Amino acid sequence: MSWQPGNTGRPGQRSNGANPGAELEELIRLGQKRLKQAFPGGSPRGKVGFVIVILLALAAWSAYYTVPSDSVAVVQRFGKYLKEVPPGLHFKVPFGVDVASIVPVKRQLKQEFGFSTPGAQDPFQSARDGRQETVMVTGDLNSALVEWVVQYRIADPAKFLFEVRRPLSTLRHVSESVMREVVGDRTVDEVITIGRQEIETEALIKMQALSTKYEMGISIDQVQLKNINPPGPVQESFNEVNQAQQEKEKLINEARRDYNKVIPLAEGQKDQRIREADGYRLKRINEAEGDASRFNALFEEYSKAPEVTRRRIYIETMQDILPKLQSKIIVDDQIRGILPLLNLDAPRNGEKP
Amino acid sequence: MSKGTRIGALVVLAVAVFVLTSALYTVSEVQQVIITQFGKPVGDPVTTAGLKVKIPFIQEVNAIDKRILEWDGSPSDMPTKDKLYISVDLFARWHIVDPLQYFLRLRDERSAQSRLDDILGSETRNAVAKHELIEIIRTTKDRIPLRDSLLTGAQQEQKMGSLVPIRKGRKLVELEIFNAAAEKVLVFGIELLDIRFKRINYNQSVRPKIYDRMISERRQIAERFLSEGNGEAARIRGNRVRELNKIQSEAYREVEEIRGLADAKATEIYARAYNQSPESVEFYEFTRTMQAYKTIIADNSTLVLSTNSDLFKFLKGMDPAPDAGKE
Repeated sequence: MSWQPGNTGRPGQRSNGANPGAELEELIRLGQKRLKQAFPGGSPRGKVGFVIVILLALAAWSAYYTVPSDSVAVVQRFGKYLKEVPPGLHFKVPFGVDVASIVPVKRQLKQEFGFSTPGAQDPFQSARDGRQETVMVTGDLNSALVEWVVQYRIADPAKFLFEVRRPLSTLRHVSESVMREVVGDRTVDEVITIGRQEIETEALIKMQALSTKYEMGISIDQVQLKNINPPGPVQESFNEVNQAQQEKEKLINEARRDYNKVIPLAEGQKDQRIREADGYRLKRINEAEGDASRFNALFEEYSKAPEVTRRRIYIETMQDILPKLQSKIIVDDQIRGILPLLNLDAPRNGEKP
Repeated sequence: MSKGTRIGALVVLAVAVFVLTSALYTVSEVQQVIITQFGKPVGDPVTTAGLKVKIPFIQEVNAIDKRILEWDGSPSDMPTKDKLYISVDLFARWHIVDPLQYFLRLRDERSAQSRLDDILGSETRNAVAKHELIEIIRTTKDRIPLRDSLLTGAQQEQKMGSLVPIRKGRKLVELEIFNAAAEKVLVFGIELLDIRFKRINYNQSVRPKIYDRMISERRQIAERFLSEGNGEAARIRGNRVRELNKIQSEAYREVEEIRGLADAKATEIYARAYNQSPESVEFYEFTRTMQAYKTIIADNSTLVLSTNSDLFKFLKGMDPAPDAGKE
């Protein structure tokens, strides 16, 4: 018990508005001091004073409360709804007359289905029974595993507190029920691959409608699908489908590649051969024309002096050929047989009769 | 004041406070209260919140929840009309509209929940047994599913990827259960607000069959892809051979045509030159033969010539008869 008057005037003490708690303490102490002065001495009275002081302290302690900046408080007096109170420090009638319940209205809260991130403070954020909630039956009587997250806010704190008992538990049930309803209207392919966006949108709309209808004071912000898989034993065969698709592409590409290797080459070769034939054609025609014009020129001159030109050509040709011969035998045409005279061993010069 | 009076005053104060605490009670926004006197309810139920007064000690406060309450059934297995065993989990919302009736008939919430278990459980079982599984799964009758474009061909072949048709749908089945159960709980002062299926799953014993079917469906799709791939590849290969043959034979044909034209043209040119008159024919024969001699008669040939030839005729004499003896 060290209430010393000297405490009040200590330097460095904070000012009023910043620390109302300290101020109250000071008031309490002053009151206590005065009470003590009112009842000087005498132990029974001292004890009563002490009790009164304790009661006043308790009153002060239960008379103020802070509302965090992301919440509001709903105040009930004798159980009856009184008012809604914004963030800050507020006073209420102590000793249980007024009860202030703090509701986080600005915070975005979430509930997870099929998985859980650790460290959650809200007991309703994750399921109690783990894997069960992911299995669902689809509209073509197949099965799928679905994980999702629902993000919501408490929009109406009074409704949230008073209309429904355990609204967050109801929200979990609503969420599961709606997701199954939406998935139940779809094929397994839609659920796993192509219809995810649609599912999220429809689930959101349905959950919002139900949340309003149930008057839970909750507004659903977003529904997000996480992992969606075919059930365990089936996963491999789903992978097989993907692999088969790729294999099909590969086979077709290989065949196309072979085609492209061969056909353009053949076209090119065809072109080449045609051009070569064309070249042959030009060569033949040109050669023929060359030969023809040469002949024509010669013939023209020949026609002017045929006999002489003939002899000339004949003798020139003979002159050209005969020297190259290995043996020439010139025989008089009146000799009947040359064999007796023919020396087959020395074929240098012909014998003359 | 004397000490005695003071203590007396304190005692009176304490007693007063004691009586007061028994005479006052609060009703919260979430409560409705039945006042009982010696065990029997008296008066109307207190439904508004606030600070209330009662006869101390004799009368008791029984608080009943005013909020909407939840019933969450535990999953139970039941068969559908098409003999599929499924595990069904419902939840329902209810509230106590007639607190007096509720208090008299049920007294506390545990018995209420147990009654709801019985009633809702049996109504659900009835409804599920009357409908095929698909009626509980699907809701929208005429919804056309999106199709995965890659799988569509394969699926249509196997008649997969479409929704099993329904006549009623989940909503109507839920409504049936609701109507049947709501009547029955009314007598307990309970109003049933709605019922929804929370989870519906294949029973453990049914799952292997379902999985097998899914696996075989997917396998069929996969096999179809492979056969499509092979088929297309074979087609392309066949095409390749056909195109190759076509190109090569076309080339041959065109080449031969061109060569034919060339040869014909050349022949025409030659003929035109060599055939212009009988003298040109004869001259051509002469010159051409001369040309031929040059190549035919080569180094190691042996020639037997007569002195009658035009070249050697001068060997016999200076002035032999012209063109005599020429053969």
